[in-house]
Amino acid sequence: MAQVPMEHGLYVAGLLFCLGLVGVLVRRDLLFVLMSIEIMLNAAGMAFVVAGAGWQQPDGQIMFIFILTMAAAEVAVGLALIVQFHHHFKTLDADAARRMRG
Amino acid sequence: MELVYFYILSFIVVVSAVFVVFLRRPLHNVLFMILTMIGVACLMLQLEAEFIAMVQLIVYAGAVMVLFLFVVMLVNITQADLLSQLSAVRGWAGALVAFAIFGVILTVFKVGGQTAAPQAQAAQHLTNTELVARELFTTYLLPFEVASVLLLAAIIGAVILVRKGR
Repeated sequence: MAQVPMEHGLYVAGLLFCLGLVGVLVRRDLLFVLMSIEIMLNAAGMAFVVAGAGWQQPDGQIMFIFILTMAAAEVAVGLALIVQFHHHFKTLDADAARRMRG
Repeated sequence: MELVYFYILSFIVVVSAVFVVFLRRPLHNVLFMILTMIGVACLMLQLEAEFIAMVQLIVYAGAVMVLFLFVVMLVNITQADLLSQLSAVRGWAGALVAFAIFGVILTVFKVGGQTAAPQAQAAQHLTNTELVARELFTTYLLPFEVASVLLLAAIIGAVILVRKGR
């Protein structure tokens, strides 16, 4: 990070995070919610990398690797759940699952 | 010049993220999401995190998005499902909450961004990727192993979830 001030990178990451948050809050379709969560995770990882680059430490990039691992695990399980959800309810609307059994 | 590149890339990333959040057709969302991921990878390349940028390209823009495309084709969402998607109340409430949290994040980053850097004792003759690898396999060895266990658990969980005939 030679010339770009660190705050600007962090602001972009924060903006990206909040866009993902809007998606999670506003959309009802589970597929879009999962996509928005991916954006939020990526923004968090980007903030780590920006801070690591700004402070000249490799720790930020290592944290990004862990976040990436977690995001991959999350998306695998989440998509499996979505497939099951669609199989069961014939829709992806999250409000379709408002009833608990038992 | 570097600053100009940074702002252009940031603009592309943010605009495509807006499209990901608000477009209606799943395929378009996935394609714009790929654009977002590639943009973030370019930003990381600019931050001299080359290894991370490549991993971002391969894992996010490659693998994760292919998974999303598979599911979009598999569940075959029709337009009728998506019509009454965005209700006004919900939209405004969500935007308000997100805006408030954005304010909090900005404040935190403004304070945190001005913190003095910790002493950089990194050996200068190592390249960036070597430095990351050395840290990852010495200081962060235990979290690394835990991450592999997490991936294993995710594999088993995904297989069990989509298994037929339970």
